[in-house]
Amino acid sequence: MIEKALVGSRRYWGWVALLLVLMGIGFLFYLRQLSYGLGITGMSRDVSWGLYIAQFTFLVGVAASAVMLVLPYYLHNYKVFGRITILGEFLAVASVLMCLTFIIVDLGRPDRAFNVLLYPSPNSILFWDMIVLNGYLFLNILVGWTVLGAERKGVKPPKWVKPFIYISIPWAISIHTVTAFIYAGLPGRSFWLTAIMAPRFLSSAFASGPALLILACFILRKFTRFDPGREAIQTLAKIVTYAMAISIFFVLMELFTAFYSKVPEHVYHFKYLFVGLDGHTTLVPWWWAFMVLSVLSLILLFNPKTRNNDAILGVACAAVFISLWIEKGLGLVVTGFIPNPLDRVFEYSPTWPEVLITLGVWSMGFLVMTILYKVAVSVKEEGAGEAAH
Amino acid sequence: MMESSRRNFLKIAGLSVLGIGSGAVVGSRARGASKAFSPNPEALTAKRWAMVVDLRAGCPDGCKECIEVCHRIHNVPKIDNPKEEVKWIWTDFYEHAFPGMESRYTEEFVEEALQGSPVILLCNHCDNPPCVRVCPTKATFRRKDGIVMMDYHRCIGCRFCMAGCPFGARSLNWTDPRRYLKPEEVTPDYPTRTRGVVEKCNFCAERLAVGKIPACVEICRKVAEKAGTEPVLHFGDVEDADSEVREMIRAHHTIRRKSHLGTMPQVYYIL
Ligand code: SF4
Ligand code: SF4
Repeated sequence: MIEKALVGSRRYWGWVALLLVLMGIGFLFYLRQLSYGLGITGMSRDVSWGLYIAQFTFLVGVAASAVMLVLPYYLHNYKVFGRITILGEFLAVASVLMCLTFIIVDLGRPDRAFNVLLYPSPNSILFWDMIVLNGYLFLNILVGWTVLGAERKGVKPPKWVKPFIYISIPWAISIHTVTAFIYAGLPGRSFWLTAIMAPRFLSSAFASGPALLILACFILRKFTRFDPGREAIQTLAKIVTYAMAISIFFVLMELFTAFYSKVPEHVYHFKYLFVGLDGHTTLVPWWWAFMVLSVLSLILLFNPKTRNNDAILGVACAAVFISLWIEKGLGLVVTGFIPNPLDRVFEYSPTWPEVLITLGVWSMGFLVMTILYKVAVSVKEEGAGEAAH
Repeated sequence: MMESSRRNFLKIAGLSVLGIGSGAVVGSRARGASKAFSPNPEALTAKRWAMVVDLRAGCPDGCKECIEVCHRIHNVPKIDNPKEEVKWIWTDFYEHAFPGMESRYTEEFVEEALQGSPVILLCNHCDNPPCVRVCPTKATFRRKDGIVMMDYHRCIGCRFCMAGCPFGARSLNWTDPRRYLKPEEVTPDYPTRTRGVVEKCNFCAERLAVGKIPACVEICRKVAEKAGTEPVLHFGDVEDADSEVREMIRAHHTIRRKSHLGTMPQVYYIL
C-alpha cells in the first residue's frame, strides 16, 4: 500500500519537501548538540527538563486521538466513526513516534539509550513508559495497517486483529497514566505531586488529540476527495468540548487547593505562572494566553451555533490545541522546576538550536502522518470510486 | 586496581538487584566474584555512613577549603555559568538550605548561631533515595552502607534523578567537563566524566575503600585545629552507638533538610 504515498499532486510534494527541509535543519542542529552536549539548550542545573520533555508530555496526549475513535466504533458500534478511525490510529502512530524521538533527543548520552533495556529497572516509571509507548505504537501500526489493507481488498478485517483492537483501548489509558506518574511520584516537586495528575493528562489528551484530528479532517476534505462525514466531525467536536471542560475544571481544582490552603510550596508555582516570582515572569504571558484561549474555545464549542459552523469549529479546535500545548507542555514541565528545591528562581527559555531541533522532530511527525494519511485516503478514494461505478 | 574493584562492585550490585527474583543462582555468582577480589583490609566500613554538620562551630572567615578540596580531588570542573555549574558540596543561606523553616524573626538567631556563615550542603545520601528509585538504568544506586553512588559509565543522562532529588544535589555535565579542567590539575586517582552524565557527592567512597575519611571532613578538622576551634563536619557510622556522630545526635537536637518528604537524609545539622 505504501506505493500510494509515492504518487501525489505538486502540492503534496511541496509539503513533503518543506517537511524534509525542516527535518534536515533540525538534524543538523541535533548533530551539533551531539558533539557539544545539552549545553546547547536553555536547560540548566535547576530547570533540567525543557522544551523537549514538554513536547513529549503534550504529544502523549495527542496520541489519545485513536482511542476516542476506536472506543465508540468498536465497543459501541458507532458506525459514523468507521471512516475516520484509521485517521485516529495513524495520528497516534505519528504522535508516539514524536514522543519517542523527543525522549532520545533529550538524553545526555543517547548512545547508551539501550541501557534502559540492558538493565531493566521496574522501579523506574521511565522504564514502564518505554514499554507502554512502544506497545501503543506497535498496536496502532498493526491495527491500522491490517484494517486498511482489508478495506482495500474490500474484505472484512481478519478476526485475529480484534483482540489487539480491544487491548489498544486500556493501553491508551496506560500511556497517559504512566506518563503522569513520571511527574506525580516525585517528592519535593509539589507542582506535580498531585493525585489528579493522571486524570488531568487523560482529560486534556481527549481534547487535544481529537482537536487535531478535526483539523486534519478539514484539511483532507479540502484537498482530497475524501469526506469524513459531518456527523463524525460533530461527534468529535462534542468529545473535544467535554474533555476540554473537564480539563479546565481540573486545573481550577488545583488552583483551589493551592490558594485556599496557602501551603507555600503549592502556591508559588501557580504564582509564578499568573504573575511571576521575584520579578521573573517569562511564562506569565504564555499562561495568560492559555487561559484566554481555553475560555474562548469553551465558549465556541459549547454554543451549538458556533460549533456547527465548520470555520468557527476550526478556530475553536486550534485554540484547544494551542492552549493545551501551553498548559501540558511548557506550563506543566518548566513550572515544576521553578522555584528550585532551594527556593531560588532560575528561569528557562529555549535557545534557537533547541527550537529548531524541536521543529525538526515535529516535521518528522507530520511527515509520517502525511504519508500514512496519503495511503489511507488513497485507499478510501479508490473504494469510494469503485462504489460509484 | 581500584578501578577494577569498583567495576566489580558495580557488577555485584547490579546482579544482586536483578537477583531479587532468582536469588540462588545470582547469589552464588556474586559470592564467587567477591572471593576473587578481596577488599583492602585498611578500608573503612560501616553499617550506615552519615554526616553531622555542626553549624554552631562556624566556619572560620570565608573558609571554603572543604569545597575546594572535594572538587579538586574529584575532578569537578569549575564552570562560572550557574546554569551549567557542577557542584558536589556547596553553601547557601539558612532560608535556602531549610526553606519554610525561616520566620520573620529568626534572622537574628541565624546571624548569631551561624556567625554569618552559610550552611554547607551536599547530597544527603538518603536512606530512602528517590534518585535511586527513579533511575531507569540503575546508574544511581545505593550501597549496603548507605552511600548513594553513580556509575558514570551507565548513566544515559535522562535527568530523571535530578527531578527526583528534592535537594538540588545533582548536576548534569551539560558540555564536556574536561574542557574546564587544566591537564596539570587533573587528579589521576579519580575518573573525569564525559558530557551528558549526571554526578554528585559520593561520600568519598574511593577514599573510604583505602582507609581514609572523606576529604571535606579531613580538611575541616585540620582547619579547625589550626584555628583552635571545633570542626564543622563530622563523619561516621550512625548505626554504631559509640560513634562520634551518634553521640552528637544523642546529645543535640538535630535537623535534616526537608525530612517531611520521607527521603531520610543522612546529613544531620546542629544549630
Ligand atoms: S540528596 Fe538527592 S541525590 Fe542525594 S541521595 Fe538524596 S535524593 Fe539522592
Ligand atoms: S540521568 Fe543517569 S543517573 Fe540520573 S536517572 Fe538518568 S540514567 Fe539514572
